[in-house]
Amino acid sequence: MPVRGGQMRHILVLTVVAAGLGAPAMAEILPGDVPWAEDGSIARSLTGAPGNAEEGKVVMTTNALGNCVACHAVQAMPEVPFQGNIGPQLDGAADRWTEAQLRGIVVDAKHTFPDSFMPGMYKVGPFIRPGVAYTAKPPEKPEDIMPILSAQQVEDVVAYLMTLRE
Amino acid sequence: MKLHHVVKAATVLAASLALTAARADPVRDDPLVVNGEQELATQAPAPDHLGGALGDTVYSGWLFRDTDTRAMQKDDFDNPMFLFVDAGLEAWETPEGTAGKSCADCHNAIEDSMKGLRARLPRVNAGGELWSLENHVNDCRTNRMGAEAWGWNSQEMKNMTAAIGLQSRGMPVAVQIDGEAAPFWEKGKEMYYTRYGQLEMSCANCHEDNFGNNIRSDHLSQGQVNGFPLYRLKDQGAVSTHQRFVGCIRDTRGVPFEPGSQEFRELELYVASRGNGLAVETPAVRH
Ligand code: HEC
Ligand code: HEC
Repeated sequence: MPVRGGQMRHILVLTVVAAGLGAPAMAEILPGDVPWAEDGSIARSLTGAPGNAEEGKVVMTTNALGNCVACHAVQAMPEVPFQGNIGPQLDGAADRWTEAQLRGIVVDAKHTFPDSFMPGMYKVGPFIRPGVAYTAKPPEKPEDIMPILSAQQVEDVVAYLMTLRE
Repeated sequence: MKLHHVVKAATVLAASLALTAARADPVRDDPLVVNGEQELATQAPAPDHLGGALGDTVYSGWLFRDTDTRAMQKDDFDNPMFLFVDAGLEAWETPEGTAGKSCADCHNAIEDSMKGLRARLPRVNAGGELWSLENHVNDCRTNRMGAEAWGWNSQEMKNMTAAIGLQSRGMPVAVQIDGEAAPFWEKGKEMYYTRYGQLEMSCANCHEDNFGNNIRSDHLSQGQVNGFPLYRLKDQGAVSTHQRFVGCIRDTRGVPFEPGSQEFRELELYVASRGNGLAVETPAVRH
């Protein structure tokens, strides 16, 4: 059935509104398309927009999200219990690294530190025997392996790290 | 007695969760003396094959646990695993299967015939296969008793491996890694350094590079297997070696191998060899 001009316009408008509500904008960079620089930094925001530092702090301290404090201590968050001591303390990170470098470290630290223990937060492979989250089950299709953080969450974490100055 | 064990376990679990921090290196000044009489070596010179990867000393996981958990392993009456040891000893004497025989009918006193076995397993059997204790148990059940094999992680199996393992308590772990064991050992070693799962973590990342450090509230040990099967307060139950391996690989967002698989027996041999010289602690207590 041919679609008349008027109807088409309505559909378009609806789509745009839905996209606006559902947050991630169209320009989002997918894990496979990350524009790495030689030194392991990523200059462009993955979402095309700046992140929200408050949200980033939540991501960093929530077990099911970034859980960065599992390995890193952050003195700027004294209220968070059981901070790990596997990686360096993150206070002053923004004095040591540029925003582009911090984005690269969060997306996949192995581009900055080869053989790093730090997991890639915006990476979908290749992995050895990857499971679907903590289910111990193999993926049925490649899309079942989701990045640990969304593009927006990465940007939020980067925004928070940029507040860590000494 | 049973109730006593359970209540005690629950209380200690609550206490250890409430403790905010047991963050430190291994405890160095607390000897593990069980029942006030037998001292178990919780440290040993690192085996040569490690080439210094763990420094000059290997440490039992017991030294990385908090005071309350350590105390539970010092007295068999406080160690909840002894419920399962008792059940295993009972099963030792109980005829089962079409042959109408018990373990004791062939092996007599467990204290004599099973002494030292735990310390040498896994090992290569007469047929050239690498066998863990569980394989030996099921071999007797199916081929000599006419009974059903027990599941690798079944309660019956853990009861029996705990009862058998206890007979080697205090003896140094001494698995063979050369000769016919060598190819299996090499494969286990390769696995130990393979970075599994979406988190891309190897056993060595946690238990070699970071023992003594904390991942959130977990105080990392060297991941030694000299205390298995052991009681895990978090699970309120007995845990086998392969069950622990499953948990650690799952925690990398990975797909573990099956309990009892060729891969996990090879890994078990390699991990056991990293603790050659440590005392068998079976049945240990951890949280
Ligand atoms: C499993 C451990 C682990 C986790 C989880 C982890 N990191 Fe790291 N991180 C490390 C280690 C180890 C290093 C040191 C670099 C290396 O690998 O040699 C590091 C380095 C860094 C650095 C550079 C440190 C500096 O200031 O010099 C930053 C920034 C960082 N991590 C941020 C994060 C953030 C943000 C998260 C969570 C979204 C996170 N890390 C999660 C282990 C971890
Ligand atoms: C992400 C970190 C991590 C990785 C990777 C990891 N483990 Fe563990 N493992 C732990 C934690 C945490 C514990 C509990 C505390 C402890 O004893 O270290 C543990 C405990 C153990 C124990 C029990 C030790 C005891 O005395 O009770 C063994 C054995 C073990 N791991 C073996 C392994 C093996 C083998 C691998 C690789 C297949 C592995 N682990 C990979 C974190 C890890």
